[in-house]
Amino acid sequence: MTDAAADAPILDAQGVSKRFGAVVALRDASLRVRRGEVVALMGANGAGKSTLVKILTGALRRDGGTLRIRGRDQSFGSPGAARRGGLVPVYQEPSLIPDLDLDENLRLGGTPREPFHHWVRELGIPDPPMDDPIRHLPLATLRILDLARALASEPDVLLLDEMTAALPTDLVERVLKVVREQADAGRSVIYISHRFAEISQLCDRATVLRDGATVGDLPIEPGVEEKIVTLMLGAALSPAQARAREATGPATTGTPRLRVRGLAAGTKLADVSFDLHKGEVLGVVALEGQGQDELFDALAGFRRPGGGTIEIDGQPQSFRHPADAIAAGLTLVPGDRAEALLSSRSVRENIAVPYVARPRHWGPIAMRREGAQVAQAIERLQIDTRAQGEVRRLSGGNQQKVTIARWIAGGVQTLLLFDPTRGIDVRTKRQIYALVRDLAAQGASVLFYTSELGEIQAACDRVVVIFNGRVVDVLDAQDADEPMLMRAAYGLTAREVRA
Amino acid sequence: MSMAADQPSPAARIGRFLRDNPVVTLLILLALLVLLLQVLRPGIVNERWIGNTVKFAIPLAMLAACQTLTMLTGGIDLSASVVATIAAFVVATQEPQVGTGLAIVLSLLPAVLIGLVNGFGVGICRVHPLIMTLGTGLIGTGCLQVYQRGVIATGSVVPASLEWLGTGRTWGMPNALVLFVPFAVILLLAQRRTGFGRLLYAIGANENAARLSGVRAWQVYFGLYVLSALIAGVAGLLYVGLIKAPSLSLAEPLLLPSVAAAVIGGTSIFGGRGSYSGTIVGALILTVLNTLLTLLQMPEGARRIIFGGIILAVTALYARLTDQG
Ligand SMILES: Nc1ncnc2c1ncn2[C@@H]1O[C@H](COP(=O)(O)OP(=O)(O)OP(=O)(O)O)[C@@H](O)[C@H]1O
Ligand SMILES: [Mg+2]
Repeated sequence: MTDAAADAPILDAQGVSKRFGAVVALRDASLRVRRGEVVALMGANGAGKSTLVKILTGALRRDGGTLRIRGRDQSFGSPGAARRGGLVPVYQEPSLIPDLDLDENLRLGGTPREPFHHWVRELGIPDPPMDDPIRHLPLATLRILDLARALASEPDVLLLDEMTAALPTDLVERVLKVVREQADAGRSVIYISHRFAEISQLCDRATVLRDGATVGDLPIEPGVEEKIVTLMLGAALSPAQARAREATGPATTGTPRLRVRGLAAGTKLADVSFDLHKGEVLGVVALEGQGQDELFDALAGFRRPGGGTIEIDGQPQSFRHPADAIAAGLTLVPGDRAEALLSSRSVRENIAVPYVARPRHWGPIAMRREGAQVAQAIERLQIDTRAQGEVRRLSGGNQQKVTIARWIAGGVQTLLLFDPTRGIDVRTKRQIYALVRDLAAQGASVLFYTSELGEIQAACDRVVVIFNGRVVDVLDAQDADEPMLMRAAYGLTAREVRA
Repeated sequence: MSMAADQPSPAARIGRFLRDNPVVTLLILLALLVLLLQVLRPGIVNERWIGNTVKFAIPLAMLAACQTLTMLTGGIDLSASVVATIAAFVVATQEPQVGTGLAIVLSLLPAVLIGLVNGFGVGICRVHPLIMTLGTGLIGTGCLQVYQRGVIATGSVVPASLEWLGTGRTWGMPNALVLFVPFAVILLLAQRRTGFGRLLYAIGANENAARLSGVRAWQVYFGLYVLSALIAGVAGLLYVGLIKAPSLSLAEPLLLPSVAAAVIGGTSIFGGRGSYSGTIVGALILTVLNTLLTLLQMPEGARRIIFGGIILAVTALYARLTDQG
């Protein structure tokens, strides 16, 4: 299989370079993919993965380097041309037009219906809403629709840029299965993800980018993970600190910081109750569409609950506007960063919006102090600010970090994190877990929904599992390994399984 | 492995510099126009001409401030010219009866009222700013006509202090700069360095995100439209000092140029992008262009065609520049 002469690569990019003004996104990127192969494209946030995918599929023009498809020199002038040439991407950001419904989007893109519906079913969304505006659909659904659309055009090379980052476990499983079948049928896949579990399960080979250059190309075998990380970061990752259980632990008695009772919202959230204490990190685990979106929206004042109560420090609350929730100390990092970012504004302005939200802060800004606060947040989250003039020019992972930085700069009481590490690289993920633990140690409370089950043990004290709009289990995070969480998430209570 | 284009070409680099500094591009355009004028009519560009140009550009630049600020949030203020006209008319008709000070206060009251109504419509009823301000502008015009019948007997006098401000010069420079320079400096500082300024950009860039950060958008809209109306009112007072004859359509001819000045200055009508510095240069460009076309003795029709063509060309250019990467 590693015998290059035996089967020529279907795609062969060599020495690709690309710069955006002063920012060098790619210096010397090379990538080779053979028929039937799944190649992981790895690299830290801002390494240039998405830029390379966009160049290969004609969405960006390269400054230098060569691209050969099936042995012939080739350049695609547009994604449409790439599609006709057999290269079909799923980009990192959802690509359906938000103001149109699915039906219109499909017509516009000329997507063949029959295969599209086949793939949507295969991927676990039996009947997609055809006439809701796209902007009302949850992010996970959008990602699946993007993938189904790509599969429907029967690509020879499928390029998936963080396809699974927003997906809960059940949908990830389906995506991996479908992608594997594609490879088995002789098609090739370029797969970008920051989740190593998926890489080792799915991929044959990994090409590693660092600072815009290819620094390694290795077959996936047991133990390769560490090598990849070292190549990605240019240094070994210091071993994860086993989280020492805080001697005192969060005070789980007394009046909780946040008490939720019988909360219902929309059609999915039926009846959720839990307590979140001072200094506690409470994980939330759920499969796709079990009401977790509604829960976070209701807590953040973004949606009026249909029933139930929310109490903060024993005081009943009723939020009419996110500003009410913020005034009560509840702040949300939403799952979809497009909802949270001012894409045409600078990193600094994005991080500093909450400071000036209230009319009494509408006057002159203390620029020096703000600058220091923002710099500290940027430092803390290691945001790559080379393209900081407009947030939309940052890499996906760095944009995600900006949404978190906004709230840690100002000091928080209760943080609602909805899948905060979506698209963030290994090193920064650790940084974020440490940050969450620090905030908790300083007395903040954190509600932490994650689609990556391994994060529960890394960051949380306890975890609530939601199924069908209700809490089906509350576990100590230390005991909650992935298989157990998985079973609980499917509605089989962990206790039954243990018994 | 090709090494081609590792360094961007000089042309590309200049292109990028101009893209990142749109005001420089505009200043170059302005200089070219002035040069053209000088070539066509040698000797015309002198101190007196400059003073005159500045004098006429200032009221336009102030009305264009209304458009810039509202456009930052993705809105527009089509009632600005009506507010300016009302302020001018009221001050001139009240002057003989109540004196200058009180007349100015009275003239700005309708401005505040219209601003509040605009803020209410846009911020709370969520009416599109284009429709809302068009509506209040029409209502304002109607009210002004009714008011005119009521004061028809009193006659009108433009206050001497406004004439001094509007037409007077000191050491060759128009006195209006006394008002305009501090105004522009404050606005330029405020747009980036005050909480309110930041929120205009934030709301224009992504209102939903601003909401999530705890911003109550309606408060900003109220502040914005009242501020815009006040600026328009003051611009009207200045303009009547310049024209010296209040009429029911005094500032009307400035409305579309004020929008054009903001657009040429690089402010996006979709919100979230732009700066008042570009607008000021935009107003100067339009004023010079007007002189140029008058000088060439173009018929009114041809002038308008050229005006419109230039606005379209510049807008298309911006669209291309901001789309790229
Ligand atoms: N349009 C642009 N203008 C300026 N800089 C850009 C632009 N697009 C990308 N960049 C820069 O290029 C670099 C590489 O970005 P890219 O999106 O390819 O990273 P990535 O490897 O996909 O990272 P992530 O894991 O965070 O998605 C980043 O520093 C980014 O800021
Ligand atoms: Mg990316």
